[in-house]
Amino acid sequence: MIEIRGLKKSFGKQQVLRGINLEVGTGELLAVIGMSGGGKSVLLKHLIGLLKPDSGEIFISGQDIVNMTHDQLDEIRSMVGVLFQGGALFDSMNVFENVSFPLKEKTRMNKEEINSRTYAALEDVGLSGMGHKYPAEISGGMRKRVGLARALISEPSIVLFDEPTTGLDPITLNSIHRLIKSTQKKHGFTGVIISHEIPEIFDIADRIAVIYQGAIVQSDTPDAIRNSTDPIVQQFISGGQTGPIKTIS
Amino acid sequence: MNIAEKLTRLIGAWGLGVVRSMGHMFIFLSRTIYYTFAPPVKFSLILKQVRFIGSKSMVVILLTGAFAGMVLALQLYYTLRKFGSEALLSPAIALSLIRELGPVLAALMITGRAGSAIAAEIGIKRITEQIDALVSMALNPFRYLIVPNFVASLIVFPLLAAIFDVIGIFGGYIVAVKLLGLSSGTYFSQIDVFVTMTDIRIGFYKSISFGMIVSWVCCYKGFYSGYGAEGVSKVTTQAVVLSSVLILVWDYFLGSVLL
Repeated sequence: MIEIRGLKKSFGKQQVLRGINLEVGTGELLAVIGMSGGGKSVLLKHLIGLLKPDSGEIFISGQDIVNMTHDQLDEIRSMVGVLFQGGALFDSMNVFENVSFPLKEKTRMNKEEINSRTYAALEDVGLSGMGHKYPAEISGGMRKRVGLARALISEPSIVLFDEPTTGLDPITLNSIHRLIKSTQKKHGFTGVIISHEIPEIFDIADRIAVIYQGAIVQSDTPDAIRNSTDPIVQQFISGGQTGPIKTIS
Repeated sequence: MNIAEKLTRLIGAWGLGVVRSMGHMFIFLSRTIYYTFAPPVKFSLILKQVRFIGSKSMVVILLTGAFAGMVLALQLYYTLRKFGSEALLSPAIALSLIRELGPVLAALMITGRAGSAIAAEIGIKRITEQIDALVSMALNPFRYLIVPNFVASLIVFPLLAAIFDVIGIFGGYIVAVKLLGLSSGTYFSQIDVFVTMTDIRIGFYKSISFGMIVSWVCCYKGFYSGYGAEGVSKVTTQAVVLSSVLILVWDYFLGSVLL
């Protein structure tokens, strides 16, 4: 479904991605973990064409999106839902308007159809009756759930999650993870999750890719990653202070 | 490398930076104009911005317009009295306001009130990934954020300048007739004699071009905002300063051509 080959990206003199190679199969839930500032979010932004790589290829459903025109890229984006780190909810719209927005703007559905799908999407994420609230009036966890409902309402075949649980308490974190897993089972989308949540992320992902200094160190099943002999992977998942990863002294 | 070489390099780099950012700004403007005419047009968003930029700027326009007219009446009266031409006070006030001060001062006031808010709002949408969210939904942020402000400004700036002119003329009337004792009939009849449609057209052309400048600069600055609160506050200040400077510079050039 998604294939990345030799992806490189620099900002000024700083090379953020140093040749990423990664594949995500159809219906697979891949978690990308790694140090802060390691290039995870930059990688995600490349997958929807928000950033252009310096070199490399990105194939989505067999089509290279790097050299696509705006219109072609928009067709790919229509297949993708994104849950941004802070939710990226439109602050001038209430929860209901935020969730229904993609349907209202991108489809020719009538009002009744849009309303019923929006109510169903809000119910799926446990936010029935919250439609009238504005993003500023709800908690961080709720905002993420609204973002999730909005990302899924168009029934995309690919969903990208940029740190969906950062800054949340452990209970809300687990409920968001369960929600992602259950919606993935229900809708069958291909998912890429950027996360720092170790070990929680091992429970929901089908595969884990560890990124370090702009390259994939290892990509394997959660159990294989847990038992990895790679010193970088081991140090990262155990949070060790000694090893190849430099820590703050 | 000697000092002269270093200096040349620095000036060269600065010059290239200026040319690059000007090019970037003109590309932004051409995209804005393209999406203004390319359907679908978001009428509800345009109306919302007309209300935001227009009706919410009314109080500041009324106040500044009235006092601008009053100050003009006071200053021009003492100048004209030296030549025994007090009867020309009202056309002097009206022409100054209609051709020059109305469009310029109204544009500066709107820049301070609405232009800064536009830059800050779009900047916040940038740093909170709301613009990325639109793009990721295959929706064009120009249609939703830039074009409504651009079109609303083209509608609102001439209207507010006209209101500024009318209120200014009445402000001048209060000072000239009620305080300085000029005849009420003379005040209005002289305006009728000296002010022509050409003067009104010049004021209209100026205010519509100021609307374009302010919305263009403020939207551009907000759209390419830096990160964090500091980034947004920086672009907001830049938007207001650059808009204000461009209003005055463009006013001079347009005035030279249209005079």
